Amino acid sequence: MNNTDPLAVFRVEAQELLEQIEQGLLDLERNPQDSELVAQVFRALHTLKGSGAMFGFEALSAFTHHCETAFDKVRKGEAVATPTLIGAVLSALDHMRTLAESPDAATDGGEALLADLHKAMEGEAEAEVAVVSPAQKTWRIRFSLPADCLVNGTRPLSLLDELRGLGEADVAAVVDNVPELGALTPAECHLAWDVKLTTTQPRSAIEDVFIFVIDDMRLEIAEEPAVLSDENDKQKTAKTPAEKTVADNVTALDSARKPAAEEHVPDSATTQHHTAGETVRVPAERLDELLDQVGELMIAQSRLKQVSATNADVNLRSVAEEIERLASELRDSMMFVRMVPISQLFGRFRRLIHDLARDLGKNIEFVTEGETTELDKTVIERLADPLIHLIRNAADHGLEMPAERKAAGKPETGRVLLSARQAGAEVVISVIDDGHGLNRDKIRAKAEENGLIQPGAVLSDNEINQLIFQPGFSTAANVTSLSGRGVGMDVVKRTIDGLRGAIDVSSKPGQGSQVDLRIPLTLAIIDGLLVRVGEGRYVIPLATVEECVELTTEQDQRSTGRNFLTLRDALVPFLRLRDMFATGTDPDRYQKIVVVSTGSERVGLVVDQILGHHQTVIKPLSRFHAGVETFSGATILGDGSVALILDVLHLVAVGQQQEERLRAAG
Amino acid sequence: MASILTVDDSASIRQTIKIALGNEGHEISEAVNGVDGLQKADGGNFDLIITDLNMPEMDGLTMIRELRKKPDKAGMPILFLTTESDAGMKQQAKDAGATGWLTKPFASDQLVRIVGKVLAK
Repeated sequence: MNNTDPLAVFRVEAQELLEQIEQGLLDLERNPQDSELVAQVFRALHTLKGSGAMFGFEALSAFTHHCETAFDKVRKGEAVATPTLIGAVLSALDHMRTLAESPDAATDGGEALLADLHKAMEGEAEAEVAVVSPAQKTWRIRFSLPADCLVNGTRPLSLLDELRGLGEADVAAVVDNVPELGALTPAECHLAWDVKLTTTQPRSAIEDVFIFVIDDMRLEIAEEPAVLSDENDKQKTAKTPAEKTVADNVTALDSARKPAAEEHVPDSATTQHHTAGETVRVPAERLDELLDQVGELMIAQSRLKQVSATNADVNLRSVAEEIERLASELRDSMMFVRMVPISQLFGRFRRLIHDLARDLGKNIEFVTEGETTELDKTVIERLADPLIHLIRNAADHGLEMPAERKAAGKPETGRVLLSARQAGAEVVISVIDDGHGLNRDKIRAKAEENGLIQPGAVLSDNEINQLIFQPGFSTAANVTSLSGRGVGMDVVKRTIDGLRGAIDVSSKPGQGSQVDLRIPLTLAIIDGLLVRVGEGRYVIPLATVEECVELTTEQDQRSTGRNFLTLRDALVPFLRLRDMFATGTDPDRYQKIVVVSTGSERVGLVVDQILGHHQTVIKPLSRFHAGVETFSGATILGDGSVALILDVLHLVAVGQQQEERLRAAG
Repeated sequence: MASILTVDDSASIRQTIKIALGNEGHEISEAVNGVDGLQKADGGNFDLIITDLNMPEMDGLTMIRELRKKPDKAGMPILFLTTESDAGMKQQAKDAGATGWLTKPFASDQLVRIVGKVLAK
């Protein structure tokens, strides 16, 4: 009862297919001539229809069929992927999504969507009819199947459907050979069919319908005279319901497995998570469980390491080393398994921008960069909502109306850039717009009004920018249907804080604004450098460490009050952790400086001793301590004691402030 | 029991086939498109291939044509299992050397019977 249940597999698959279709359509909007894209959309629609019908999603399947038909025409060059058509199918997608999630949901709106779709296709269809209109002929087709045809997998309904596909068909079932009820075996077929088909297709097309039917069927195909009496017509129409009952029976055979499939529905919650790749699908919870266990293993392993270090037994030491190596490989593979490209996330926003542009009446160009950047799966999922909010803000509040832009001498089309890049142990995700930028006066006024700051308080530009993340700060002055829905920027900040990340905002009036989200690569285990400061032990994330140098006595004394270190001609500020943490002990004779960086900025951390590499399983700080910015978490060492993990980002900021103060002082 | 290769880009369809035929004791291998199917068919000794028609990379028709070129695969039964029911397609499939044509959606017991029948030949 899990991922091996085909129904659960289908649910995940349907989401992926819908995503594929959406992406394909959005790409097509830009390159309507790209036949590979058309084929891709068609295939995805086709698979969705087929698999949907398989698992009892008849409404989905039937609805998808119309879109598939439209794209089949495009694929064959009989129609063009016009913006109207793409728009119609995009709107239809949402309906398909609903149907895929709850097959029994009320299907309101479906018909209107189909009407739009047909309207979009109409222009094409008319043109087609005008060009190709060979003479129509009417055929009389009579066929009967062997009694065991159902057992052998022949489906009369699909044969009839195919005939209907050729042209206008009147179908009547011939019930003459059906035995008495007592002698009737439900699995046997005693019906014959009489079909009047009006089509432009040749006789061979009709014969082809029956190509794979087992040989002993009876089939007569005869051409009818063109004129038919009305009476004859009526008679056949009257018989149609009988055929329908039969058709229903046939479908009933197919859906016999349905109740069994529905028993698994409660499990489907697990399939809400999308897993990347197409080989093995595992529910996300299992990965989390596994990761937890790997974390526990890492802690046990560091205990073993400690025990073996104080033991003279060579065998124990060698096995401890072996286990250390294996455990760290296991951890790396585990991390690798959980990493998914951020493109998964970025893809969703193209649709958002499409809708925003339409609703706001703005021209928006959406550019993404660095989609291949990888992040932990759970992190990616939690980033979705904050990013939706930021993008909405950029499009709604950031970008100006086309006329306004033109007046300001900017291109009418606004630009929203979403980029991701890796910097050290973090991924930086930026949302950049080229709109009018943050209005600091307005922000300030609003913050004063809400009592967030004292009137007349002296604030730097950056501090004012940060105000928008305060709870209770809302740009209610321009609430629209899109932004200001009660989910404020404070929620964005809270989510990012929860991921141990940080937010930077910068803005230039008239030129746009930029929001950077800095997110740690993973939430669970990191490589750390274990150091000692006074009596306490601390972990510095290894990915941020650039180098370790000695703090010579000479440097130590010279730099008192001016904590700078000349490192290969560059001035690097450094922080004395023993002062920061007020250890109250004498410094070691040979202090070390660990130089850490966050990409562009560096700072040195003075420690007493470097203890070495440590596989750090991150445990969150208690809620009481969550506000302590210097530490991002804690870890348990081999001997059971706790070491705090330094928040390098924060420390670098402190170092930079120190540098600025020094510069200001001259 | 028989060794069967299912070629379909839809994971749920593969899973359904796997369960239906696996319960009968058959050994099922999976391939996700025509290219994958060709490779797997080359690498294994299958009694039957069940393939979809519309797939990325390489469609079922092309795959069948490629397979039929190989002397050891010339007589291997290959069933199409597809939503497609276009007569022209069926003709092409027949010409390419398909053994049979099954339409999706299908019932598991129906698939089991057909496969039994094909394998008995």
